[in-house]
Amino acid sequence: MTTPMIFFLILAGLSVAFSLLVVFQRNVVHSAMALVATLFLIAVLFLTLDAVMVGILQILVYAGAIMVLFLFVIMLLNPEVLEGRSVVWWVLGSLAALLLLFEFVPLLTGTAGPVSGPGPADGSFGSPEMLAQSLFSDFVLPFEVASVLLLVAIIGAVVLAKRES
Amino acid sequence: MMIDLGIIAAKALLVLFMVLNLAGILGWIERKGSALIQDRIGANRASIFGFAGMGLVNTLIADPIKLLTKEDFIPPKGDRLLHTLAPCMAFFPPLVTFAVIPFGDVLMLGERAINLQVANLNVGILYIFSMASLSVYGIVIGAWASNNKFSLLGGVRGSAQMISYEIAMGLSVMGILMVYGTLELQEIARAQGELLWSWLPAWGIFFQPVAFLLFFTAAVAETKRIPFDLPEAESEIVAGYHVEYSGGKFLMFFAGEFAEIVTASGLITTLFFGGWQVPFLMRDGFHFPWGATLFLPHLAVVLLQVGAFTVKVLFFCWLQILLRWSLPRFRYDQVMRLGWKMLLPLALLNVMATAILIIAW
Repeated sequence: MTTPMIFFLILAGLSVAFSLLVVFQRNVVHSAMALVATLFLIAVLFLTLDAVMVGILQILVYAGAIMVLFLFVIMLLNPEVLEGRSVVWWVLGSLAALLLLFEFVPLLTGTAGPVSGPGPADGSFGSPEMLAQSLFSDFVLPFEVASVLLLVAIIGAVVLAKRES
Repeated sequence: MMIDLGIIAAKALLVLFMVLNLAGILGWIERKGSALIQDRIGANRASIFGFAGMGLVNTLIADPIKLLTKEDFIPPKGDRLLHTLAPCMAFFPPLVTFAVIPFGDVLMLGERAINLQVANLNVGILYIFSMASLSVYGIVIGAWASNNKFSLLGGVRGSAQMISYEIAMGLSVMGILMVYGTLELQEIARAQGELLWSWLPAWGIFFQPVAFLLFFTAAVAETKRIPFDLPEAESEIVAGYHVEYSGGKFLMFFAGEFAEIVTASGLITTLFFGGWQVPFLMRDGFHFPWGATLFLPHLAVVLLQVGAFTVKVLFFCWLQILLRWSLPRFRYDQVMRLGWKMLLPLALLNVMATAILIIAW
């Protein structure tokens, strides 16, 4: 067993454990913190794959910004214990989980094509320059469309908040 | 291999040691400074065997001993686990952030070139922002786990304030990144050694004065100190998010705040005031614009650089303490208005103006 493999197993095991905690905790804040830990561990996994930029962005955006908003909302609403879910939710949740499982079947059985080994990790791989280059040349249209979509979402939120009062 | 690892460990320990010590010393400077500003004598009660002469040393020893030996109180209805974890979460980010801040140029020891920076990441400044974005958790979780109305209020205020000012902080740095064209802090520090019109050091402040004001304001807001100390606001919500903390855990919140000051100062120095650069000091000595040169040995140059970095950091630490004892606290709506309606648009305008200037140049 090589050293990267051991690192991977530790990180993967921890992130699976924490993501299970997210689901099985009764306390909402504990769940949220377990999710933060999961996202952080996934970021470390990115670092071991030489994708420093993606790893850092994972922490910055998900662990550092989105989860803070989650916690903010949880603290404002302060739900003590989650009330029991109705049967409909269980059925819908199970269906969604099954759907996801089917998505994974080709990956797990290896029929999705060859899973590439360690990528060509030269100095510029995953660097901010490279990411920006592809983001603003090859993918400039999807990038701009995504930003417009976010803008629409923001304006929608503002409109909804105004109408409430 | 072993030597390389040893050098990295030594650099990490050195930076950790310096930041922690400076944080402790700042705790004393803050009291002495406040006493100076309020025209009274401060922090002179700590005496060891009747010897009170060295106020600094005595306070540095007495304060932690006092706090560490106090009872560690956890509210009965609070969350034991998260109440204990929160101070660690508050203490961790400012300490690891300093890893990418360079405190000197390259030190040559024999054949070996040692980059005086703990970690040279090509994402440099993004790493700092990602770590800074994690520092909210200490406050939010600490506030929630205490099960106290005042601390919860402080936590909500703190998270709102820190999210708001993070955006302004990130955007204000954009201009600097555009001017120097890199995210690496060591590169930015090196680029500031050049001269404009062969006499003015190319420090960030001369290119981006607006960005400096915005960044400094946002940085003070991120350290949650007066005039932005809404999350703790003693006169309104007792002590805010750490009202239920005592002993060693309170010490961690307290020291974390000072470590944040040190890190913020290091960042301001590196981005806007040349980092470890001494004006006109090149790798082989001084080259003054009027033609005079003064050659220095390598070790002297490196020592001058590290010394200059330390002096600049100390200056900005002192400036923040001065600010804290000079200004009154903002109201909550004022904090939000300043963050969203003034700093954010100004930062965006600054980015636009910088882009136009760079293209037109």
